[in-house]
Amino acid sequence: MTLPATSPPPVDHEDCLVIRDLTVAYGNKVVLNGVQADIRRGQVVGIVGPNGGGKSTLLKAILGIAPVVDGTVFLFGKPAAKMRSRIAYVPQREEVEWDFPVTVMDVAMMGRYPRTQWLRRPGQHDRQVVHDMLAKVDMVDYSGTQIGQLSGGQQQRVFIARALAQEADVLLLDEPMNGIDATTQEIIMAVIEEQRLAGKIVLLATHDLVSASCACDCLCCVNERMVSYGPLAETYTPANLAETYGGPVIMLGPAKGGDELPHTHHVGDHAHHHHEHENLGSEHN
Amino acid sequence: MPGLDYITDPLQYEFMRRALLEVILMGAVTGTIGTYVVLRGLSFIGDALSHAIFPGVVLAFLIGAGIFWGALVFGILTSAAIAVVATNRRVKEDSAIGVLFVGSFALGIVLISSSKNFTRDLTSFLFGNVLGVTTNDIILSAVAGVVVILLIVLLYKELLITSFDRAAAQAMGLPVFWLDLLLLVMISLTIVVSLRAVGNILVVAMLVTPAATARLLTDRLPVMMVVSASIGVIAGVTGLYISYWNDVAAGGTIVLVATAIFGLVWIFAPQHGYVTTRLLRRRLATDLAETRVVFESPEIQRH
Repeated sequence: MTLPATSPPPVDHEDCLVIRDLTVAYGNKVVLNGVQADIRRGQVVGIVGPNGGGKSTLLKAILGIAPVVDGTVFLFGKPAAKMRSRIAYVPQREEVEWDFPVTVMDVAMMGRYPRTQWLRRPGQHDRQVVHDMLAKVDMVDYSGTQIGQLSGGQQQRVFIARALAQEADVLLLDEPMNGIDATTQEIIMAVIEEQRLAGKIVLLATHDLVSASCACDCLCCVNERMVSYGPLAETYTPANLAETYGGPVIMLGPAKGGDELPHTHHVGDHAHHHHEHENLGSEHN
Repeated sequence: MPGLDYITDPLQYEFMRRALLEVILMGAVTGTIGTYVVLRGLSFIGDALSHAIFPGVVLAFLIGAGIFWGALVFGILTSAAIAVVATNRRVKEDSAIGVLFVGSFALGIVLISSSKNFTRDLTSFLFGNVLGVTTNDIILSAVAGVVVILLIVLLYKELLITSFDRAAAQAMGLPVFWLDLLLLVMISLTIVVSLRAVGNILVVAMLVTPAATARLLTDRLPVMMVVSASIGVIAGVTGLYISYWNDVAAGGTIVLVATAIFGLVWIFAPQHGYVTTRLLRRRLATDLAETRVVFESPEIQRH
């Protein structure tokens, strides 16, 4: 689906992922309404909200594969639908045919497909990139294993490697922390941090508020509409999350002993953001 | 015990040489495309396609046009119908397909009942008549087969990712609708090619059985395609010889041989076979039992 180009993007958004009035409907049922966001390079944005609130739909709308009825998505000044090779996507694990006779190497190589022309085969350079990315997620030893024989966490790492192999500017992760082990979670967190430092844009759809608050600079809270968008200090608050989830939410902050609840961590200059979980204490109490 | 003349004797007849060529082509093409039929769970769609093609075959036969072209036109139309139906998630897809295509099959039967040699013609369309294959049939089969296999090779990565991870394929901007339609048209083409050899009803077996067998033997897609095509060819050739020497229907025998190969592989496959799975389970049970002793002994002493 091509997005209607209603308004040209503002000039100062050449370096951003700009979402304006994005509205998605399946049939005549609106599932996501009025999303607005300006996401700069080097920013990690958590998309949070209840199940069925439109987290996955937002990612798919950015990719142009959800039925968008209104609004625009521009990446670096161009319609996102025309920039697909620069957007890497890790779908939810449920959407994949795990019994398919493909190896870990085959799956990771699919990340090179957007850079490979129709009818062409990936070459030596592609194999090198794929090997490096598998090494990054510690899955090189499993290159020849059929994908369905791995654990959930290992499968997720292969999909992360596939997304990295695309060498894209935007990384969309749909519930990457679902049903995975601690090692995989650490690897995913490290990859997100590395992408941030490399000036990439990362969107992380998750129902896990703890990992969202650890990994992200900003939150985009959705529940069939966009409830709020902004830095953690403004959005990771009891009032805002209660509005998003339609009820009080118990907020567990990033693990640092003795912290009072709720707390947020300071969001500094995004380009030099570190994971120092400074406790801003009770400013929201 | 059959000697060399078991193999060479039938080859003195022109019709057997042609039949042999036809079943080799049919086995290779059905086996290759069958890989996608099995992996994407399209057995039912394949069945529907073969039924829907039937009135096209009959019409072309009745008006004296080549049945190849009649079947092809109906195959493409049906493929488009299925692809469109499949995009609308609110339609109960399988019921819609079931209703439409059994209806279309009935239309074919009614049409052919007006023919003078009703029973003979019907039988040859439904169950194949490989001994009546003409040189022209073989040329058409060869061309169609080359086209199908060439497309599978050239569009390897596009078909692979569309089948394995549809969301990612869409995200890459691949035209998944058109790739689905192309796959259905390729399956139609394969069914048309197989009409002479095994007929309208049995062709589904040739699309599914060799590929399902190959899946038990390998975890790699390219290997699966080659193994599946080989099984298709072996079943075709073996079936043809058995039918010649025992004077039974070739189409049915070919499918029976394929089924027998599947049965053997299902039992004896080195990794996914029944015997191996049972052996591994037993070994696991033994290992567990041994481990348990180690853990339990101190407990017993303590009591």
